Amino acid sequence: MFSVIRLYLIALMVTTVQAWAAEIIVIDYIKVAKPTRPLLSNLDPIPDDLGIQGAAVAIDDNNTTGKFMGLTYELNVIELDPEQLSTISPTLQSNGLLIADAVAKDLLQLADADKNQTVFNVSAKDSVLRDTNCRANVLHTIPSTQMETDALFQFLKQRKWDELALVYGNFEDDLAYREALHRSAKKYRLDIDEERAWIFDADLRRTAGAELPVFTQQLDEYDVLLVADVAGDFDRYIHFNTWLPRPLAGTEGLEPKAWADVVEQWGAAQLQSRFEDKASRDMRSEDYAAWLAVRSIGEATLRSKARTASEVRDYLLSSEFTMAGFKGRKLSYRHWNGQMRQPIPLVHAHAVTANAPLPGYLHQRNELDSLGIDEPESKCGAFK
Amino acid sequence: MKSLIIGMCFMASASIADEIWVSNEKDNTISVIDVETLEVTRTLEVGERPRGITFSQDYSTLYLCASDSDAVQVIDPESGKILHDLPSGEDPEQFILHPDNRRLYIANEDDAITTVVDTETRRVIAQIDVGVEPEGMAVSPDGSMVITTSETTNMAHWIDTETHEIFANSLVGQRPRHAEFTSDGKTLWVSGEIGGDIVLFNVEDQTQIGQVTFEIKGIHPDMIQPVGFKLTPDDQYAFVALGPSNHLAVVNATTLEVEDYILVGRRVWHMAFNRDKRLLFTTNGISGDVTVVDVEKRKAIKTIKVGRYPWGAALRIKD
Repeated sequence: MFSVIRLYLIALMVTTVQAWAAEIIVIDYIKVAKPTRPLLSNLDPIPDDLGIQGAAVAIDDNNTTGKFMGLTYELNVIELDPEQLSTISPTLQSNGLLIADAVAKDLLQLADADKNQTVFNVSAKDSVLRDTNCRANVLHTIPSTQMETDALFQFLKQRKWDELALVYGNFEDDLAYREALHRSAKKYRLDIDEERAWIFDADLRRTAGAELPVFTQQLDEYDVLLVADVAGDFDRYIHFNTWLPRPLAGTEGLEPKAWADVVEQWGAAQLQSRFEDKASRDMRSEDYAAWLAVRSIGEATLRSKARTASEVRDYLLSSEFTMAGFKGRKLSYRHWNGQMRQPIPLVHAHAVTANAPLPGYLHQRNELDSLGIDEPESKCGAFK
Repeated sequence: MKSLIIGMCFMASASIADEIWVSNEKDNTISVIDVETLEVTRTLEVGERPRGITFSQDYSTLYLCASDSDAVQVIDPESGKILHDLPSGEDPEQFILHPDNRRLYIANEDDAITTVVDTETRRVIAQIDVGVEPEGMAVSPDGSMVITTSETTNMAHWIDTETHEIFANSLVGQRPRHAEFTSDGKTLWVSGEIGGDIVLFNVEDQTQIGQVTFEIKGIHPDMIQPVGFKLTPDDQYAFVALGPSNHLAVVNATTLEVEDYILVGRRVWHMAFNRDKRLLFTTNGISGDVTVVDVEKRKAIKTIKVGRYPWGAALRIKD
């Protein structure tokens, strides 16, 4: 935890000729500390600079273009604890262009503090933020959990793996993931026939072989075992320890993700290598979402005269805006809830298995809208 | 005796037939296609991740971007042997040979740089800062300017070949992939893969003067992604590879209307004409083959299996 608000600036190192006197566009990146809980495995620590490095790469990308257009981009990084949010305003340096790397509650506090800001949500996947609890000044570049589980269910449906069982953790985020799985099952008319909560506290590194076969023996016949363990506490130990030999999907096994280090098509390999050069680690979903947010601001300011936060927001929500994001399709924002449309790769540790939307999932407007909350069922009224 | 003579004649004519050379990105090979028999006659081992491919003006030398070997390889087309490497900067993806038959302009995809190499002295003459992920390269017929397009910056950079400095930058559609000048040098065409269009610029003042858009019944517009293209020598038509839509568009270069769509292989990427421009050879990345198109009839007439992920194609004239 941070006792003081930490601030630093990421700017272009001007080594090349600056063509003309540059106009500077500052973006505030606000990383609000998130509650963490201890996990069984020590294998995958969350990088301290998660998200920030994605934004930093996008600042470089924006500046490479900006130097030909007389624009310079800077990132003002603010790291703080939730209780410090009320005192944040003197540390903000942008013209209301905020990137929020925060849980839903903190994100909303930031957004509601000043309605003239445009806030980019790069980490909170809660469906309610795109629905009943949406905000007109919040755009989401991270896909919602619902988009992810819809992507997974398109795949399950296509493979005709329709007998499904579910094991879920008992934390709030696990229950939200479980709820999204159920909604996707309903949408794609598949049944989650059986489910069990994992509430044991054994150290599974030692006992997975003994506990899990028996635990899963009580489930009836199924094709795929879905798992909802968002923090990655126990799900990794289920592999090869189920009573029936079956694949896993959800938060383990076949995972729907905004981004993963195995994404390489459509030029993605270039973004991956730029990222690794800068960050010395793999690029993750939150990094990608932050990259999208900063690049969106870049596109809006390079291609239009938009400069204030609300002008940027209006441009991004207009039909004029589309962006390439290394996923093989045009990306844009949904005008009814501010969510960025994007394909969702279904990945395992070593490759991309499929990309949603899968062929055949048609949509009257845009196939990408087959993922997540669509306009007709949206309860978000803030954008009207 | 008679049959032997016929046989010998056939062999002789086969050996002087022109060839299409295809770089196979995921095989580290080149497939050589005989233009008369429409068959692969040779497969050559080359450097890692071969992409851009072009011949010297007299076809005595082949230049090849071996992207992951960080080199441009110089190959003797007769023997298929790699003669030497040229310094190319990191990750050379695509290049263009200047009309002086000497200078190569190379897009360094990972470095946001265009490198200029003298193929005789084998030295780097200049490096020019361009946008993120440069790819498309074109040179004007009079050699006075070179274009680099950058995929993530979404620009065409206009480079003066005397000073090796950028004199103009034009924003284009999302993810520009390829650029070509018309033979009179007056117009520049640039394709935008994700933007889904081709834009035309008046070379004299770099203003946009036209746009080509595409529409194929039954295929979502997002999947229609123009990448490589070629103009016919009379500048009457452009043949445009539309990537994952698996189609080639025939664009009337005067009206900018699409007259035909031709179904070819999967993820069609680049292409090359034969000598009399009656045949067009397209590289189809995902299906790992080359489609031969009858230009006049606007029909695919043959599919030729090549290596994995064929990328570039170049005609070798043999006389």
